[in-house]
Amino acid sequence: MAEKKLMKGNEALAEGAIKAGCRFFAGYPITPQNEVPEYMSWRMPAVGGAFVQAESEVSAINMIYGAAATGVRCMTSSSSPGVSLKQEGLSYCAGADLPLLIANVMRGGPGLGNIAGAQGDYWQATRGGGHGDYRTFVMAPNGVNEMANFPHKCFEVACKYRLPAMVLADGIIGQMMEPVEFTAPEVDPKNLVEPDWALGINNGRAKRIVKSYDLREGYLEKMVLERVKRYKEIEKNEIMYEEKMLEDAEIAMVAYGTSARVSVAAMKLARERGIKVGLFRPITLWPFPKNRLAELSNRIKKFLVVEMSLGQMVEDVQLSINGAAQVNLHAKPGASVMTAEEVYTTLERIVKKGAKEYAVAK
Amino acid sequence: MYQGIRISGFGGQGVISAGILLAYSGMLEDKEVSFFPSYGAEMRGGTANCSVVIASDEVTTPIVSEPDTVIVLNEPSLAKFEPLVKPGGLLIVNSSLVNSKPTRKDIKVLYVPCNQIAGELGNAKIMNMVALGAFASNTGAISLDAISRALPKVYKKLKPEVIELNIKALKRGAEIKLN
Repeated sequence: MAEKKLMKGNEALAEGAIKAGCRFFAGYPITPQNEVPEYMSWRMPAVGGAFVQAESEVSAINMIYGAAATGVRCMTSSSSPGVSLKQEGLSYCAGADLPLLIANVMRGGPGLGNIAGAQGDYWQATRGGGHGDYRTFVMAPNGVNEMANFPHKCFEVACKYRLPAMVLADGIIGQMMEPVEFTAPEVDPKNLVEPDWALGINNGRAKRIVKSYDLREGYLEKMVLERVKRYKEIEKNEIMYEEKMLEDAEIAMVAYGTSARVSVAAMKLARERGIKVGLFRPITLWPFPKNRLAELSNRIKKFLVVEMSLGQMVEDVQLSINGAAQVNLHAKPGASVMTAEEVYTTLERIVKKGAKEYAVAK
Repeated sequence: MYQGIRISGFGGQGVISAGILLAYSGMLEDKEVSFFPSYGAEMRGGTANCSVVIASDEVTTPIVSEPDTVIVLNEPSLAKFEPLVKPGGLLIVNSSLVNSKPTRKDIKVLYVPCNQIAGELGNAKIMNMVALGAFASNTGAISLDAISRALPKVYKKLKPEVIELNIKALKRGAEIKLN
C-alpha cells in the first residue's frame, strides 16, 4: 500500500495529472484553484515538462490547443469565470478531436460571483459551454483522493476517444485537505506511442493536419458523424457511478461532489431516525448514468436531487427517469453549502409528511 | 468517534498551521481526517479560521458547522464562534488576548493563557501549540505523541530544537485541565 499523504485537493489534482503523464500546463490565476498552477510551476520543470503562466485564460486554452496537437498530454485549469473564457478554445479542441484535460474548480456565479465553492457550472460542463455539436468527458470527484486519481482516467478516455476531458470539482474539494493514496497507474510519457495524427517533425511521413473545420459541402457533417460514433462508444463503455444503501431505499438522493458528501451525512441522520434513504452518486456527469437511474426508478418511486445550484443536474435525472418516479430538488444556489440537517429536514418532509413543494414538474 | 473542530484567530497566529498539524496527527493515528481553511478575501491582521474533522468513520462534510470543540485565539473569534459550539461541547479561549467572557451556559469553557505560556517558553510563535496541547488532553481526540510525531513531517524545515520547543508548548497546554 502506498504511503498516505495529507494533500490539498488542488495539489492532488496537479500531482495526479503529472503522474498520468501530463507534461505541459498553461493557466492563469483565479481563486479557488490557485494551488494547481502554483504546484505545476515547480513540479512541471522537475519532471522535464513545461509550465506557462499565460497572460489570460483565453491564451492558456489556446496554448493547450497547440500542445495537444503535438500529442503531448496537457492540461489547463481555472474556476468558473475563467472556464467561461476558455469555452471558445475548448470548442476548437473538441472540433479538432484533441485529447486534453481541463479542470474547473467551481466558485459562485454568475458573473464574478464569489470565491466560495459552488456547483453552478454543471450545464456548461455537460452541455458544452462552447459552440457547436460536441461533448466533453466530465468526471466529478467527491474528495481529495478522487482529485488525485481521476486525471489518469480522464487522460485515458481523452486519448482513446480523442476528446477533451474535464475534472469538475468545486472550491471545497479544491481547498480541503485529506489523506491521499495515488492508486492510479503512473504513466511515463516516454512509453506512450505517438498518436498517428500528432504534429511534429516530418521525417518524410505523410502530411498531417489538425483542424476543427471542413468548408467543403457535406464534409463537416461526415466529420461530426464520425465523432458521434466515438461519443456513442464512450456512453457504452465509460459510465461511472457509486451507490450507497439503495437496496432497501424508499427514497434515493442523487448528488455529486461536495453535495454528495453532505448527502451521505444526511443519509446517516435519516437512517438513525427511521427513514430508508440511499444515495446515487454520478461520477461521470457526461456520459450521465441514465440507464441505471431508469432501472432504479422501477423500484424506487421518490428521488431527491441535492445540488449547490438552482438545480441543473436535476434535469438529467428527470430525463433519465422519464416520469417513472417523483423527482424532488434540494437546491442551494449562491455558493453556500447545505448542511446535513437541512437535507434531512427536506427528506423528512417528503417521506413522512408527503410534502409536494420540493417536487419538480415532470 | 467523531470530533469536529473550528480554530479561529488573527492571521499569523498559526490558525491554519495548527489545523493542518491536527489533521496530519489524526492521519498518523489511522483516523479519518479532513482540513478545510477559510480562504476568503482575508488580510494581514484579519481573522482566519479552519475546520478539522478527526473521526473513526468516513468524513462526510469537511465544513464543521456544529463543532464539538472551538478554539478561539483572539477577541473577534469569540463572538463569531461561541454560538456554533455543540451543546455540551468545549470552548477553548486564549485568555491572554480574549477579554470578554463567553455567555453560554450549556458548554464547557477552558481558559488557556496561550501567549503568556509561549512567552514563558521564550517564543511567542508557539502559542498555537499551547492551545493544541490543551485540546488534546481535554478531549482525548488526539494524543500528544501523534502531534509530536506530526510536527517534523508537516514542518520539514523546522530545526530539531524548534520542534522540541513546540513539544514543550504542547505539554504545557496539556497541563491545563477543565475543573
